[in-house]
Amino acid sequence: MKLDLRNNRDFLSGLMFIGIGLGAILVARDYPVGSTLQMGPGYFPTALGGILFLMGLHVMIQGVVKKEKLTASWSLRALAILPFSMVVFGFLMEFSGFIPALVVLLFLAAAAGGESRFREVLVLTILLTAASTALFIYGLELPYPLLKGF
Amino acid sequence: MELFNNLILGFSVALSVQNLWFCFIGVLLGTLIGVLPGIGPLATIAMLLPITFNVPPVSALIMLAGIYYGAQYGGSTTAILVNLPGETSAVVTCMDGYQMARQGRAGPALGIAAIGSFVAGTICTFFIALFGPPLAEMALSFGAPEYFSLMLMGLVTAAVLAHGDMVKALAMVVVGLLLGIVGTDVNSGMSRFAFSFSELTDGIGFVVLAVGVFAVSEIVANLGSTEKRQVFTSKVRNLWPTRDDLTRCLGPILRGTGLGAFFGVLPGTGPAIASFSSYMMEKKLARDPSRFGRGAIEGVAGPESANNADAQCKFIPTLTLGIPASAVMALMLGALTIQGIAPGPQVMTEKPDLFWGLIASMWIGNLMLVILNLPLIGLWVSLLKVPYRMLFPAIMAFSCIGIYSVNNSSFDVYLAAVFGLAGFLWLKLECSPAPMLLGFVLGPMMEENLRRALLISRGDPTVFISRPISLSFLIATVIVLLVMAAPAMRSRRAAITG
Repeated sequence: MKLDLRNNRDFLSGLMFIGIGLGAILVARDYPVGSTLQMGPGYFPTALGGILFLMGLHVMIQGVVKKEKLTASWSLRALAILPFSMVVFGFLMEFSGFIPALVVLLFLAAAAGGESRFREVLVLTILLTAASTALFIYGLELPYPLLKGF
Repeated sequence: MELFNNLILGFSVALSVQNLWFCFIGVLLGTLIGVLPGIGPLATIAMLLPITFNVPPVSALIMLAGIYYGAQYGGSTTAILVNLPGETSAVVTCMDGYQMARQGRAGPALGIAAIGSFVAGTICTFFIALFGPPLAEMALSFGAPEYFSLMLMGLVTAAVLAHGDMVKALAMVVVGLLLGIVGTDVNSGMSRFAFSFSELTDGIGFVVLAVGVFAVSEIVANLGSTEKRQVFTSKVRNLWPTRDDLTRCLGPILRGTGLGAFFGVLPGTGPAIASFSSYMMEKKLARDPSRFGRGAIEGVAGPESANNADAQCKFIPTLTLGIPASAVMALMLGALTIQGIAPGPQVMTEKPDLFWGLIASMWIGNLMLVILNLPLIGLWVSLLKVPYRMLFPAIMAFSCIGIYSVNNSSFDVYLAAVFGLAGFLWLKLECSPAPMLLGFVLGPMMEENLRRALLISRGDPTVFISRPISLSFLIATVIVLLVMAAPAMRSRRAAITG
């Protein structure tokens, strides 16, 4: 049987841990390590990076031995749209104000689900925007402009 | 006598109109999110954390705690009526609770869950009042080596008892520790892992990480799954269990409370372990074990008491030692820190109103849950019929506003989006993120105490084993590791956590 590593859950996990561990060690090279008595800022991260590297190696080998496959189901659509919608929200908060940011976020988020109807989303957006404005802007007095730059 | 004075102080704080109100909001919100599968107390508390800025510390903690134990309670409602755990701790309740519902006994199942939780809550309130102060006193004598060893023990137990593979969970703890390092090093003033982002010099925000990893990635995962919910439609009548039910359940409730309290005090364990142990225990003790899984009321009473006891006793190590016993408790400490209160054993002596007010509010909150929720069952049932496609955009909106409002910073929202992706990757690779969060919180504290311990001992690492308290923590850590790595325990552990 051919060894398929692209779908091997623990091999990939191990790879990730090794990557993070090595990355930590590489970046921490710029920080003075010091001695055990007088630890410098580089001591702890370097040690952790090393530990993580070893653990990653172990997990990776386990993966090759056990051959567990990835199981959880993907929603590529949600995975792409939801983080994007957050970025858009952050951007609009800066340049257009609270209401546009929220409206766009809600529409994008609903689109991530893929089974929403336009009318339903519209009602939901109006209700939630009104409720959030009342709660956060008037209730908790958060200092965000409702509209900006128009 | 001091115990009663303390409790009186606590009740005088908790019974103020403002605190009663926050307690009420907390348990109501907690039950709501407990009932709804797909959103847990961790994400909710993380979202609400920034809002507690404007609230006095006691009220903030009372509300957040209410969300936590309210959620345990709400989770059982969903388990009984829908055969779906609203919270992970309610997995066990599904087994006999749903069977009872199918036999037309949903009412008594819900009733006994409420009664068991209330009894457990009452006992644990006294338990905390009794054991909190001596523990805090002991903790005051802890030096840097003791703290380091204790944190190590907490992190290892958290990882070992987490869902899934042990080494992966330990590795996730280390990932959390590394994330905790990001920002300015307190000793040297050097900026670490901040790259060229000025926003990172203060470190990664707790809310950013928690909401990104837990709320956002949960939604992505939920949207990918095709599981359908089916609400048990038969009417819920007569919530009160019969006299026979009550006598049957007395033992399981008390034993469940004991188990829950035990696991609660242990740092790192979750309520699911307490409730599962209680279920196994009742099944072993029962005269006719074959009834279990077919609607045995003891199988609801025991685990429900256990998970509530666990939830409450988690506050003991958290408040007396200043070390979060679980990811949710880390958020509680985060709430304290936001208010400018440094967590630790001194909280009890310097802020007695905060400590005792919170303890007393938990008892009041449990009472509210019993009184309010039984009549509100109908409302919760109808809420279960709200489709997820209406729910998750709302969760997204509150998450984003919550993250933004911590520092009024768009950068935080971008960072949370990145953690959302990372969280999903971890979910996919079955690397449980809860131990990571604990590592993240403890990381800076651990490094600080490690440095200080070695400075005091002039660089001699034997300081950790030459001091008796520190040594006993380390021995306990090694025992936990060895026991859990033993082949016989491995399969049992798989049965409990898997």
